[in-house]
Amino acid sequence: MNVRETGLIGRRGLILAGGAGLLVLALPPARALARPSLQEAVNGFTGGKPVETGKVKLDVPPLVENGNAVGVTVAVESPMTAGDHVRRIALFNEKNPQADVAVFTLGPRTGRGRLSTRIRLATSQTLIAVAELSDGSYWSSSANVIVTLAACIEDLS
Amino acid sequence: MSRTLVSVPKTAKVGEVIDIRAMIAHPMETGYRMGPNGQAIPRKIIRHFACEYDGEEVFSAEFHPAVSANPFVAFSTVATKSGALTFRWTDDDGKVETASAEIAVS
Repeated sequence: MNVRETGLIGRRGLILAGGAGLLVLALPPARALARPSLQEAVNGFTGGKPVETGKVKLDVPPLVENGNAVGVTVAVESPMTAGDHVRRIALFNEKNPQADVAVFTLGPRTGRGRLSTRIRLATSQTLIAVAELSDGSYWSSSANVIVTLAACIEDLS
Repeated sequence: MSRTLVSVPKTAKVGEVIDIRAMIAHPMETGYRMGPNGQAIPRKIIRHFACEYDGEEVFSAEFHPAVSANPFVAFSTVATKSGALTFRWTDDDGKVETASAEIAVS
């Protein structure tokens, strides 16, 4: 009886140990953990100032086939005069290895608060565009993107 | 020397908002990829882009690895006077590539 019991515990212990091993394997790598969250990244850009929704239009296809080149257009409603213009526009992502995508500096001589570029997306995620106006206010717009073929992870062989 | 491609209208009226497109041939290596030997390929990206017109910087951009290879950017500027628009791309090593385009403003 005693022998059977210890044997049982031994097996149970083994299963527990196996489970713990799986848990360790399932933990994300340290690099992913070090990445700031989307909210932290936006706070870093605004310096903790409140961000309002509106004025900014983030245009990105809802479904993209290739995450290596995703066309993004950001348009900000602004007269772009010396007294009232867009100072900066920043793009952030939710799940790439780094939260920052790009920061653009504009001014009254840019003429329009609008720009386009092409970015990489590692997986389906949320994108956010934050605009800093000349009066110091921050406005944002976000969009969800579904990515079929991910960027950044392919190996060269 | 990387190949650059810029698109600026040849003529414009004073005060007109003109569309500009600029691109540079560059791999924008993220530093997150593995090479055939199993080692990470070192990061090499274009870090900064700037467009100067009529003695002033009208647009600039700071890129991170999430910008696609051959970074492309489309923006606009107000036509003020005839002259050259100069474009500068700076990479991780501080190497600078430049391009310029002439515009006639009437």
